[in-house]
Amino acid sequence: MSTNTRIILICSGKGGVGKTTLTANLGIALARTGVRTAVLDADFGLRNLDLLLGLENRIVYTAQEVLEESCRLDQALVKHKQEPNLALLPAGNPRMLEWLKPDDMQRIVSMLSDQFDYVLIDCPAGVEDGFKNAVSASKEAIVVTNPEVSAVRDADRVIGLLNTNGINPVQLVLNRVRPKMIASQEMLSVDDVTDILALPLLGLVLEDEQVIVSTNRGVPLTLSGINSPAARCYSNIASRLQGEEVPLIDPAKEGSGMRDKFRRLMQTKIF
Amino acid sequence: MTLRDILNKLLRRQESSANTARERLQLVLAHDRADLSPDLLDQMRKEILEVVAKYVEIDIEEGAVSLETEDRMTALVANLPIKRLPSGAIKVKEHGESSDN
Ligand SMILES: Nc1ncnc2c1ncn2[C@@H]1O[C@H](COP(=O)(O)OP(=O)(O)OP(=O)(O)O)[C@@H](O)[C@H]1O
Ligand SMILES: [Mg+2]
Repeated sequence: MSTNTRIILICSGKGGVGKTTLTANLGIALARTGVRTAVLDADFGLRNLDLLLGLENRIVYTAQEVLEESCRLDQALVKHKQEPNLALLPAGNPRMLEWLKPDDMQRIVSMLSDQFDYVLIDCPAGVEDGFKNAVSASKEAIVVTNPEVSAVRDADRVIGLLNTNGINPVQLVLNRVRPKMIASQEMLSVDDVTDILALPLLGLVLEDEQVIVSTNRGVPLTLSGINSPAARCYSNIASRLQGEEVPLIDPAKEGSGMRDKFRRLMQTKIF
Repeated sequence: MTLRDILNKLLRRQESSANTARERLQLVLAHDRADLSPDLLDQMRKEILEVVAKYVEIDIEEGAVSLETEDRMTALVANLPIKRLPSGAIKVKEHGESSDN
């Protein structure tokens, strides 16, 4: 097993905060820089990563058949046509809920490590078996959360579990940030969330309608070349993950109309 | 404190919801992280107060023991107002003096 492969778990605790969207966009963005990237859908009970990548019609086998030796790994890997450095592997299909064990997960990830530089694991929501299996095969983690109390609370619980399992580093992605709401102090700010969770911030992703448009099409934003706010955020995250220093987008500086300027004035700390 | 906070105070408007969210989260996470049941915390509060009351006279009614959290470190914070004599000195109890009342 290659020791240089970055095996990164993408998890959140709470469901629906944007793990799969991040996995798809980050996977494409990494692959585009030339690194061999595998995305593993560990959420096989409700698998969706294939759909976001536009690969739903090309899945034949899953990791289960590979482990049973009824097919080879390269037969189960679905290579992305537009971005050949990216391959998808579904851990299983929805019929085999009970099948996967931590040991299976470790074996499959170790096989992927021989062929890829990055393995991104799209984790199921919750902190039960699906999460535990995925953790057992990971080295580092990205915790995705939204600036909302329930998502932050669940993220905190997950961070505790990652720490006890020796996952390191653990970094934060704050998704669905709405600058206007932060400016009017009706949404937790980026600093609020990083202070509360005490995690290094890998990046923030702005709320962006283009995310939905791109999922409709099955073409991730980082592949379509659309220069939307979220697309820029995802590319920045990919660069930072590879050690580049990219300044954070400042949500307070998004928007330049009179109203935005007034909001900013109202937000200035005076004491 | 921001301009908006001041304006909210002047107009007697509600505190901004982001502030409320932050405060509620800090409290709930302190408890989540410590994983102490409210009963246990209450028991601990009582015993801490009893021990301290053996040595100095404190205002039992005002005494509070709470969990606070910062940078993933949880601290048990006790706020125990000590009664003062009219001279301003602290009321220290003699050792062995009974702690009841
Ligand atoms: N930055 C964003 N702006 C707008 N919509 C977003 C953004 N990120 C995610 N979404 C939307 O939020 C929904 C949930 O996203 P996603 O499926 O990636 O979450 P998840 O964490 O993988 O969910 P689950 O826990 O069910 O696996 C989707 O409809 C997606 O389009
Ligand atoms: Mg998902």
